[in-house]
Amino acid sequence: MADHLTSWVLALVQTALFVAGAPLLAGWLKRVKCRLQNRRGPRLTQPYRDLLRLFRKELLLPEGSSWVFRAAPYVIFGAIVLAAAVVPLIALRLPTSAIADVIVLVGFFALARFFLALAGMDVGTAFGGMGASREMTVASLAEPALLMAVFTLAMSAGTTDLSVAIQRILSSGLVIRPSFVFALLGLLLVAVAETGRIPVDNPATHLELTMIHEAMVLEYSGRHLALMEWAAQIKFMIYAALIANIFLPWGIAVGFGFGALALGAAAVAVKLALLAALLAVSETLLAKMRLFAAPQFLGFAYLLCLLGMLSHVILEVGG
Amino acid sequence: MSLSLALWAVLGALASGLLGLAADRFPAPAKAAVFALLGLSGLGAVLGGGDALLRGLTTAQTFPLGLPWLHWHLCLDPLSGFFLIVIGIATVAVSVYGPGYVREYEHGRQSTVPLYLFTGIFVSGMQLVVLAADAFSFMVAWELMSLSSYFLVAYQHQHAANRRAAFLYLLMAEVGGLAILLAFGVLAAFGGGFSFAAMRAAALGPGWASVAFVFALFGFGMKAGLVPLHAWLPEAHPVAPSHVSALMSGVMLKVALYGLIRFTFDLLGGPHWDWGLVLLLAGSASALLGVLYALMQHDLKRLLAYHSVENVGIICMGLGLAMIFAGTGHPRLAVLGLIAALYHTLNHSLFKGLLFLGAGAVLQRSHEGDLERMGGLIGRMPVTALFFLIGCISISALPPFNGFVSEWLTFQAALQAPALHSGVLRALIPVTAAALALTGALAAACFVKVFGVAFLGRARSRHVRHAREVDLGMRAGQGLLAALCLVFGVLPTYTVQALEPIAHQLLGRGLPSASAQGWLWLTPVSPQTASYAAPLVLAGMVLFGGVMFALLNARRRTRRVRRTIPWACGFGPLDARMQYTSTAFTHPIRRIFRPVWEIHEEVETGGDRGLRPAALRHRLHVEDRSWRVLYEPVGRWVAVAARQVGRIQTGSVRTYLAYSFLTLVVLLWLIT
Repeated sequence: MADHLTSWVLALVQTALFVAGAPLLAGWLKRVKCRLQNRRGPRLTQPYRDLLRLFRKELLLPEGSSWVFRAAPYVIFGAIVLAAAVVPLIALRLPTSAIADVIVLVGFFALARFFLALAGMDVGTAFGGMGASREMTVASLAEPALLMAVFTLAMSAGTTDLSVAIQRILSSGLVIRPSFVFALLGLLLVAVAETGRIPVDNPATHLELTMIHEAMVLEYSGRHLALMEWAAQIKFMIYAALIANIFLPWGIAVGFGFGALALGAAAVAVKLALLAALLAVSETLLAKMRLFAAPQFLGFAYLLCLLGMLSHVILEVGG
Repeated sequence: MSLSLALWAVLGALASGLLGLAADRFPAPAKAAVFALLGLSGLGAVLGGGDALLRGLTTAQTFPLGLPWLHWHLCLDPLSGFFLIVIGIATVAVSVYGPGYVREYEHGRQSTVPLYLFTGIFVSGMQLVVLAADAFSFMVAWELMSLSSYFLVAYQHQHAANRRAAFLYLLMAEVGGLAILLAFGVLAAFGGGFSFAAMRAAALGPGWASVAFVFALFGFGMKAGLVPLHAWLPEAHPVAPSHVSALMSGVMLKVALYGLIRFTFDLLGGPHWDWGLVLLLAGSASALLGVLYALMQHDLKRLLAYHSVENVGIICMGLGLAMIFAGTGHPRLAVLGLIAALYHTLNHSLFKGLLFLGAGAVLQRSHEGDLERMGGLIGRMPVTALFFLIGCISISALPPFNGFVSEWLTFQAALQAPALHSGVLRALIPVTAAALALTGALAAACFVKVFGVAFLGRARSRHVRHAREVDLGMRAGQGLLAALCLVFGVLPTYTVQALEPIAHQLLGRGLPSASAQGWLWLTPVSPQTASYAAPLVLAGMVLFGGVMFALLNARRRTRRVRRTIPWACGFGPLDARMQYTSTAFTHPIRRIFRPVWEIHEEVETGGDRGLRPAALRHRLHVEDRSWRVLYEPVGRWVAVAARQVGRIQTGSVRTYLAYSFLTLVVLLWLIT
């Protein structure tokens, strides 16, 4: 019973860490990117200050918006935090990971996106509709690719439960499987599209013709905007943690001892920092694509994931 | 006990139709009695079906009706019980919703008698189909259902388009009925009898079994709207009155699927894996094309009808997986596929019924069925909007509502493909799962469009701007279905447990692993493979979102939130024409998947004034390819064949006498 309680407490602590650490990761990404571009970046804690400032500011609502506009930030935040709760960050075998498997995780993202797009439509401006239309288009191409990558992993690990899957990958040792390499590449591309990074979307722009995510949250202010931004940061961290822990699971805590947990936390911090640095490099090297080039980008991601799955079916199962 | 309850339900629906005959003389009491009896009939169906399903009982009875040598066999087993529940729930919701909705027709030019009469016959026909236990009574009930719904489709026959849709519907229903008759014929020939019991005992070779399956797939698939036989469905379903559309799309398609399940799993016995593959591929194609065609629609009810094609496809994917697994000796996984399909059947009847009722509410209050002229209805019809939103979330397969659970189960079944020996199947099944993922994502896009354009933003026409909320009964009918969408989404373990008797009946085993971890955890294969705790998901979302809400809004209760003008690029005040329309919303998708549709698009610029044309006219017409590829050639062949046959009609008496004489000679030659 005590063990049971400890694991639930640990799960809550891990979720809190996820929620609290997400702005830090965003700050780190921004700082590395600035360094690469020979600029002086903001402090690592700048995202926290931004959030705090937004939370304190007055809330303004656009005329003619309904309760959907006001409810959306809370629904999105709730769905994304719940998604964070089921992703293993520093330890495996936590009870929360059994609440939802990886398909449900994709479902949480879809729910958050659904309300985000509706909130964009609620305002009744051209921008809101434009953002919603583009977001749903990009998502409808990214989601199958994401699920394809997930299916490859699920089929080779024999489970869609993230914690169990990571455990099985850990126990099988360091084997470079072709299916994993393809799935990793595909997942990286999907993650870039889903979190609204260059080259699919640019989080730093308010240029009318190109924006996707920013167009939907254009009318948000104050605490609503803070929740939206925070949720986006958490979502980014979820993708980073997924990639880090599925493909490079070493270091993650299997038991609940203090040493193991400390090692797990340190390992995941290093992995996330490296991943964010990698993204910063790619964002520095690449330019944003036209909107109608995005389908080709995502089609490529889908193809990689499909190749991963086929190579799993043909090379790894048969024989 | 349960069978007699079900029979009372059938009689109740029939009586409701007959009472409708009095509607011209006593409008108010007849209406009350018609809908009360319809509601009781639905309740009886739910109770009778529930009793049979939950207790796993089979009761059969013979009635001295029908042909002298072939009495009607009726039988209520868990499978028919489940479909009775599906029919019953929708009937109850419609009977609550109906009185408010038909008010529109009461003062119209035509009598409400046909509406009441054929609705009653239609419901009793559907109930009788699932109870029938011999081919004769099955076909009688089937035709009762098809013909009465033809009159409902043709109810508003003043419009030529409606008459055309109704004729198309009748034609397709009869062609499909013919195929079903042939399928039964194959079984009856080998089994030596028309009762289902005799057909079950028939010993068929694989060749004849496949022939029977192909006929059944064609006949039932046509009624269910499988691609490419679907083209009648989006024509016919939307033109019926909305509460009948809800019954047709929500329930009648399910009765066709019932026929398919009964025929392949029960009567043919032991499904072959290659039939499953056919069904899986047809299902994937229906799901994907259904949603893509739905995206391009801007008539709300037509869009919903295309989504029925999509959902029938998803159900058929589950059934196909079940057949593949059953045919290759994996009964446990077959049960998973079957339960996923049945669960989605139930879910689709709930949310599609809900959405059609919502569309009817909008139609009644604004007289507007075109999305491009709606907008901002959430402010005018808040309750309908809330229920419609629940329907949208459910059909988009988002947690924690019901559509998600059944799609999740279908995914889980598909992910068990590595258990199969054939490498082709192992590679193909995950690809169909990816098609399902694409379908789900596109459905979400489509319903963001529907809800965003119809209910959010600003009103695009005068009627919509002045729409009022519908009456209590219509709200209650929608509320019932909306509540059930949530209940079946949050309590999947109980639902799966309740569906197990059907699996026992058809496949000889249940799915004990699904609820082995208690009611909180749905673990279809094993807790190590996948688990989903829907109640905890709902609780977690309410907790995290709610805590945030409480924290942020605790102190600010007293201060009023200011409202400001949204940003419109400085072009002066916003107006409704600045919003994204339904066509604009789907433009990127139309561009990406261009080859799927037949698109006729033209842009005219008028009043040439150099760089700024004075007038701009954009015409867009998106057509279903199946018309040109499948229906028009068949129609042409029929016309050509008719002309050839028509040559023998000379119109002169002498020729006809010669025909008679020749026939007589040939007949004499034959018998001697």
